[in-house]
Amino acid sequence: MWDIRLQSVSKSYAKDAEKAVNDISLHVEEGKLFGLIGPDGAGKTTLFRILTTLILADSGTAQVGGYDVVKDFKVIRNSIGYMPGRFSLYQDLTVKENLRFFATLFNTSIQENYALIEDIYKQIEPFNDRRAGKLSGGMKQKLALCCALIHSPRVLFLDEPTTGVDAVSRKEFWGMLKNLKAKGITIMVSTPYMDEASLCEEIALIQEGNIMSVNTPDEIIDQYPEMLYAIKSKGMNQLLQELRNSELIATANSFGEYHHITLAKQGTKDLLIQALSHREDVELKSVRPTIEDCFINLMSNG
Amino acid sequence: MKQLLAFIHKEFLHVFRDPKTMLLLFGLPIAQILLFGFALSNEINHSKIIVVDYARDASTRSIIEKVRASENFDLYGVFNDHQQIEETFKRGETKMAIVFPTNFNQDLIHSGYAEIQLITDASDPNTATTLVNYFNMLLLDYQRELIEVQEMPFNINLSLRNIYNPELEGTTNFVPGVMALVLLLVCVLMTSVAIVKEKELGTMEILLVSPFHPFMVIISKVIPYLFLSIVNLIVILALSVFVLKLEIAGSLILLFGVSILLILAALSLGILISNVTNNQQTAMLISLMGMLLPTLMFTGFMFPIENMPRFLQVISNIVPSRWYYIIVKNVMIKGLGFESIWKESLILAGMTVFLLLVSIKKFKIRLA
Amino acid sequence: MGDLKMISTHDLNKTFGDFVAVNNITFDVHQGEIFGFLGANGAGKTTAMRMLCGLSIPTSGEATIAGYDVYKETEKIKRNIGYMSQKFSLYEDLTVTENIRFYGGIYGLKDAEIRSRSKELIQTLELEDQRDLLVGSLPLGWKQKLAFSVAIFHHPKLVFLDEPTGGVDPVTRRQFWDLIHKASDDGITIFVTTHYMDEAEYCDRISMMVDGYIRALDSPSQLKKTYQAASMDEVFYELARGAKRTE
Repeated sequence: MWDIRLQSVSKSYAKDAEKAVNDISLHVEEGKLFGLIGPDGAGKTTLFRILTTLILADSGTAQVGGYDVVKDFKVIRNSIGYMPGRFSLYQDLTVKENLRFFATLFNTSIQENYALIEDIYKQIEPFNDRRAGKLSGGMKQKLALCCALIHSPRVLFLDEPTTGVDAVSRKEFWGMLKNLKAKGITIMVSTPYMDEASLCEEIALIQEGNIMSVNTPDEIIDQYPEMLYAIKSKGMNQLLQELRNSELIATANSFGEYHHITLAKQGTKDLLIQALSHREDVELKSVRPTIEDCFINLMSNG
Repeated sequence: MKQLLAFIHKEFLHVFRDPKTMLLLFGLPIAQILLFGFALSNEINHSKIIVVDYARDASTRSIIEKVRASENFDLYGVFNDHQQIEETFKRGETKMAIVFPTNFNQDLIHSGYAEIQLITDASDPNTATTLVNYFNMLLLDYQRELIEVQEMPFNINLSLRNIYNPELEGTTNFVPGVMALVLLLVCVLMTSVAIVKEKELGTMEILLVSPFHPFMVIISKVIPYLFLSIVNLIVILALSVFVLKLEIAGSLILLFGVSILLILAALSLGILISNVTNNQQTAMLISLMGMLLPTLMFTGFMFPIENMPRFLQVISNIVPSRWYYIIVKNVMIKGLGFESIWKESLILAGMTVFLLLVSIKKFKIRLA
Repeated sequence: MGDLKMISTHDLNKTFGDFVAVNNITFDVHQGEIFGFLGANGAGKTTAMRMLCGLSIPTSGEATIAGYDVYKETEKIKRNIGYMSQKFSLYEDLTVTENIRFYGGIYGLKDAEIRSRSKELIQTLELEDQRDLLVGSLPLGWKQKLAFSVAIFHHPKLVFLDEPTGGVDPVTRRQFWDLIHKASDDGITIFVTTHYMDEAEYCDRISMMVDGYIRALDSPSQLKKTYQAASMDEVFYELARGAKRTE
């Protein structure tokens, strides 16, 4: 059973403008945690807005929970939870007031679905009477999630919930999503952070309105076409320049502590070590690509 | 229904928690009324007046003496002919002239009847009226003293002439003007900003995605401001009656009825504006440019419409506050009933219905 | 790396009422260094950065930026630093060349200088065909690269970068860091904040702010050794986990 389904959906905001999303098709199975991975301007928000019935696609069809986003928008609006990019809360209302308002809005009460939000809500409950505007980024994010969950939606849409949130809160947030998934909610989440991709069951890599790949993170990594090496030495920046200029190297990208490289046809590991023998502390090892490697690869070959 | 109530409750929380909104809502009308009211009708001291004395007898001397002694007046000078009056008026040096005719004392003693002419510069009608009142009191005082001494009946009559603004337009007329201005401002500005704020905050997306009918979002925005506007109206009227001592001559119910018509028209306009704008600044700018200026220009309480070029007069017809202003003036000040304002009311009602329909039709159930 | 101190603070403090936003921070940044300024949300990074840019006067303590005092010589500081953030970049309704000319102008560069430098800049960024396009019509990645180039257009001694690569695609992100390295090679000191932990690795040294204090300050490799962590991500998590304060 598909909970989210897009068939050749396109949308542009102005007549001559480039397409915000271009002929996108994808399916998300019931109960899956699906990630849309891509930078700003890739078309993630547009996709969310089409799926949440907020805007109409120019062409193509889309269904959520089996319902058409155009014809059955009312049914869909009853059965989904949505957390837009900027955490949409009333800054001048308290935590409790926000939650109660959204509960009433969705024809329910905090008590009715308390079990679903309990784990998350307990963390912000001590601040019940604090205004949302005075909460930290991490707490706002939790409150927004509670508000989106209050009516026990079947499908949950989260547009960049971790942007601008520090690493600690981000980790916590993904833990919460895992728990929600365990309760059977289908979740579609978008993020510009490539390292979060591995936390999803299935991902779509999206860039400039096009989907470059849809699969499980492992499968996408397995499809990486080349042997990937990580290399480091003293003087990382100069090393990168040298690698880029070397005929032995096809691609060279900095990746934190190491540079990730793929070899050209005429290149081998031994030849490379030889060529770099003048450098100090050279370390070269083969590594499993990350989603970011895959993204870069797909971007430059697309 | 529960949703609607929750929504309205939330809306009130927004208003009460934002000092700026509160200030605009209640500070503005109060400031307007007091400003207009007191700037115009406060106690006036040491106003320069000019005296033209054709009689130069005992009576006129003692009256002039009283004028000289009064705190309220500063005597600019006593002259022999009319010419000085116009000249000092034009230079803005005096505000009122007292003219004693020849044989003033003789008339008074022989026939028990005499006349004093007061000429005022009514371009500032409030000052003019106040000055006349002061002089009247001074004269009564003088008459009381005369009775004690001479024990004979007599009568000094004041003949009044206002120049520059013979009808004394403006004395009380600013109250209906301020009412129109405040109601329009509050309703148009507040509703459009309140709706656009949700768009800016991103909460509009959640509201639209919720099962709550999108149009109910609008209704729940409108109701609190409708309520607040009525409160505002009451504040303005109370201030006018108790502070400015203005009497409401006509029917209060009629007054509220037409006011609600104007409020509804303004709210619809606010919704329309919020539909075409995505940020608060634009909403505010359109509201101010679109409402404040035409209201000030074309309502008639600042600039008389009759004196405008023909095509501006035509334009003024589409400004709802113009009709409202006429109605309120008739009801509140002249005390006329519905039969005299039905035409204007019908025009206003037509405008309201039109704006309401357009704003409903233009309302979007999706984002862009 | 020169011995010249581009930033030098001693017990720098900023309090708002009872709230100590920045608590006695003491650190130096050397000329030509790429200095990573990390911290959890609300740790006091922004407040500290504002003081260093001369936008906010410290409550107590000492600090000199490019040799100038943050209390008395804020105008001189501003003349000698560049600043770029994710939020503030360029005027979207001006073209590429108009933006460059404008920024060159406010830093008092001569026309001839502006012309020659902007020619060079446009060449480096390969924007020859886009020079007369409105900045608003450029892709985000290009805008960010352009914004950085404009921030160092007047050859400042020191440039502050506030989350310069937020939301940018991975290829552009790396191109952006190429620009940073190039600027660093030219002797410009870089002071940068980021949420991407792999970028922390590109810095010569890193400071970690937690609850208003600088909790750690060292090179990435040394930090990993100290905290026995495999990645900077773990170091960050280890340090920030105990944070009490949030914005």
